[in-house]
Amino acid sequence: MRPISYSRATDAAGAIAVVSADPTTDYLAGGTTEIDLLRQNVLTPRRLVDINELPLAGIDDAPDGSLRIGALTRMSEAAVSPLVRERFPVIAQALEMGASPQLRNMASIGGNLLQRVRCSYYRDAVSPCNKREPGTGCSAIDGFSRGHAVLGTSEHCIATHPSDLAVALAALDARVHTRGQDGEQAYGIDDFFLTPDHTPHREHPLQHGELITTIEVPTAPVARRSMYLKVRDRESYEFALVSVAGALSLVDGTIADVRLALGGVGTKPWRAHRAEGVLLGASADRESFASAARTEMSDARPTTFNAFKVELAQRAIVRVLETLKANGSPA
Amino acid sequence: MTTAIGAPLDRVDGRPKVTGKARYSADVPMPDMAYACLVNSRIANGRVTGIDTSEAEEEAGVLAVLTHENLPRIASQPPLVPSLAGGPAPGETFFPMQDEVVHYGGQHIAMVVADTYERAQHAAALVRVSYEESPPVTTIEQGRDQAYEPDAIFAGFIPGRTERGDVRTGLSQADVQVEATYTYAGNNHNPIETSTTTARWDGDELVLHDATQGVNATQLTVAALLGLPLSKVRVKSQFVGGSFGGKAMIWHHPALAALAARKVGRPVKLALTREQMFTSCGHREVQEQKITLGAKDDGRLTALRHHKLSPTSPFDNWAEPSLNAAGQMYACPNYEGVYRLFRANTMTPTFMRAPGDATGMFSLECAMDELAERLGLDPLELRLRNFADVDPASGNPWSSNGLSECYERGAARFGWHDRDPRPGARREGNWLIGTGMAAACYPVTPPNTPQRARARLYADGSVVVQASTPEFGTGVATAMAQVAADALAVPVDRCRLEKGDTDFPQIAAAVASSGAGMISAAVHLAATALRDQLIAQAVADSTSPLHGANPADVVVRDGVMAAGSASESYADLLRRNLQPDAEAMGTWNPPPPDTPYGMATFGAQFAEVAVDPELGLIRVRRMTGAFAPGRVLNSKTVRSQLMGGMLWGLGQALLESNHMHPATGRWVNSSLGEYLVAVNADAPDVDIEIIEVEDGVVNPLGVKGVGEIGQVGANAAIANAVHHATGRRVRKMPITIEDII
Repeated sequence: MRPISYSRATDAAGAIAVVSADPTTDYLAGGTTEIDLLRQNVLTPRRLVDINELPLAGIDDAPDGSLRIGALTRMSEAAVSPLVRERFPVIAQALEMGASPQLRNMASIGGNLLQRVRCSYYRDAVSPCNKREPGTGCSAIDGFSRGHAVLGTSEHCIATHPSDLAVALAALDARVHTRGQDGEQAYGIDDFFLTPDHTPHREHPLQHGELITTIEVPTAPVARRSMYLKVRDRESYEFALVSVAGALSLVDGTIADVRLALGGVGTKPWRAHRAEGVLLGASADRESFASAARTEMSDARPTTFNAFKVELAQRAIVRVLETLKANGSPA
Repeated sequence: MTTAIGAPLDRVDGRPKVTGKARYSADVPMPDMAYACLVNSRIANGRVTGIDTSEAEEEAGVLAVLTHENLPRIASQPPLVPSLAGGPAPGETFFPMQDEVVHYGGQHIAMVVADTYERAQHAAALVRVSYEESPPVTTIEQGRDQAYEPDAIFAGFIPGRTERGDVRTGLSQADVQVEATYTYAGNNHNPIETSTTTARWDGDELVLHDATQGVNATQLTVAALLGLPLSKVRVKSQFVGGSFGGKAMIWHHPALAALAARKVGRPVKLALTREQMFTSCGHREVQEQKITLGAKDDGRLTALRHHKLSPTSPFDNWAEPSLNAAGQMYACPNYEGVYRLFRANTMTPTFMRAPGDATGMFSLECAMDELAERLGLDPLELRLRNFADVDPASGNPWSSNGLSECYERGAARFGWHDRDPRPGARREGNWLIGTGMAAACYPVTPPNTPQRARARLYADGSVVVQASTPEFGTGVATAMAQVAADALAVPVDRCRLEKGDTDFPQIAAAVASSGAGMISAAVHLAATALRDQLIAQAVADSTSPLHGANPADVVVRDGVMAAGSASESYADLLRRNLQPDAEAMGTWNPPPPDTPYGMATFGAQFAEVAVDPELGLIRVRRMTGAFAPGRVLNSKTVRSQLMGGMLWGLGQALLESNHMHPATGRWVNSSLGEYLVAVNADAPDVDIEIIEVEDGVVNPLGVKGVGEIGQVGANAAIANAVHHATGRRVRKMPITIEDII
């Protein structure tokens, strides 16, 4: 591992100033992905500023029913929060299906959104990879791409965004609040994650040194009847091949409100706007569910190894909608 | 009298292991320790055209950078012989860093030694290597046309082709034929402890602490590679953190650690990284197997043809022996088994749990399931109709069998006979439920050399037995205390195994389920010899109450020898004679290869799966295994090993797969995040019954071993259950979501 200097931040403004001033300095939060990648020479900062002692943990309940989740709240803390479980079960489920208990005890909510892709070619520090070394090419497109994306891909990168939490947040129109040299910012979650296009090394719009402080989840009565379905080979400790975050509200058998987002298939947490468009106002039956799923996946660009995801994602969408429908009206 | 053997004793080393007190090969503290890190080839075929080590050498703390340009040449390359044979046992007949040629991805091409691990690792990343790269051959599709039939695999131990009867005639006599091709992903061992060697020179004497399945195998191999007298190489290995075959052969790192330590004049620790574990100690090779079965209408087999195709390294004719158990499982007069190999840019593959038979029996047992369906026979009934009364491979009687009882008891426990044979007939919500079964068989392979142990009884009545074997998770220290206790008739808590050191009497590498049988044989003989020696001493001792008694009349209980009303304890005998202790050796001469018996362990596996056909999910709900492993030394550790084996079968059936990137010849899934092994959440209820059978041939206590048999057939039972649930035959491992949807 490269020699690295380490310091512990005691106030946010100081930390932001230090990191912003030096492109070779990075923040360290839970470290559950970052340390692995440092050891493998995939990330190569010279300095780390540990932000774990900054007062950015905890979950606040706003009068309007929205939640503000501090960026340093641990995944396990957020998952057990009664506020989260009651209002946004899809978030709690997504958190509990991510990683392992040990990792969830360490990993922060802010870090979860910024976790790096699981593409083996990115992580081996050797293969050509446009995300790690822009301009070297993408090894995955002609390589082993079973876990890779079919939506939002480009000829430069097909890596899947790995977060489960971000899929749930995408379905709920969460906002990411940050603080940087230029003051505070807020990003809609859909704008926070970038598709690779020509710049796969750019995964989000943050300036270097801009620090995530809070995740805001706006009030959403529909989310009380929400769920997260994660399809994977083994029961625990595996990233999604396909996942679906969904919420559904029916009035007289007609879809009055619906939220859908996909994981495991997109280069970013994939809000299924087109499927939602088909569903809103439609009757809640298998035919509309299937039609919505087909519409959402119609632009998919699969490889030999991940072609099954196009069909699997549609089936997972239908399964989630049918399950939500069968579960009855929200309390 | 109650016996210690068979009791479900807790592991004597459980507490030190879970509290961190047990010392593994990376935990041995030494003053002035240095650390070695390996640099690996990023290409799979070609040559190194230049290595720039200047940047690495300038880093603080770096003591040496070794490459093919300055690493000493090895003294000799011993041939590849399985470590059970008791000789040098290199994992492949190639030693790295002897020239600039690159044969496979991940090949060691440089080694950096520094005063801390972190500095060595950092400097290793600064070694700049340039290559001339040629296209590699890595996949079956690339190599199929170049395949050849080797005379023999396994250093001549196993012929490339085996025939009995005439398989064409057998097929022509058949009423029904089943032909199917099965493909297998490459598998990696993934023990928790990565392979590690700590090397120290004391003058011209070398001491290695090595994570190995056999300290003598390490000693013999390193001595041959470095040209050292065996008396100058001592290898210790108290605890090994799992192996599963990855530490069964001796790979390059122990000799490299020794060379590094000699170069820098300090002790050197060389621990492979997790990623290096995928390219430094062998793997189960990618393979394809084709089975052709011929049977009469009543189910009796008339022919079995079993062909295997797999890649091997440029240096060795290696295939895991997949045609062993499958060739002797059923009474079938006409048989043809053929290995075909092709040269590829891979290291030599190696043993991995249930080597060969995990795949060979999968092919056979899935084909048998297809045959049962074709014939409209219950799969269990088909197997009973083909029961082999004698070993079909030799015509010899079995040393012991127990398979019928395994079928019967396993089926009863599982509830097999309530099964509706129609595929896809049982549904629970989104899930289709299916059950499947398979036979299990694993050969008993005695070692080729005498196995030795020493027993010592101290004057306080406590007992130490010594044998060179390491403990790599099997519970050998516990089981051997039980063996010694019964042979000497002393309480088991008075007995202790000293192990893991070439200074102790020699035990071959504990591989192929041979450990419990051969070590217990040596310990039993040593302890029995000591008991007889003490009785003989007592009856000859004019001051002993037992003086003049017939040794045959002396019985021992709790360390007290008695003949009629006269008695004396071992301890009293020694103390009165001012002897601090008494010792005896035990030497077991294993049955020779021409022993006129078929020797194998049998079992029966049953599995119930739930399949979500829309989402492609397969979840194993419960597994039952009934096994006949001969004498059980410790029913708790035996059960644990069988359960572990069955769960390995689950992992192989549904999860474990490495994938080769054909263009670069590198494995893609080289981490525990991406190479999937079964986790607790995947583990169903596992129900195990042990059928005890007596065996007077295999070894003195009739122990046949449980290291592999739990895995054999478990994968096929699951695949057959998936078919029963869905009606779909998936002829590959692992079976994954895309095979189902």
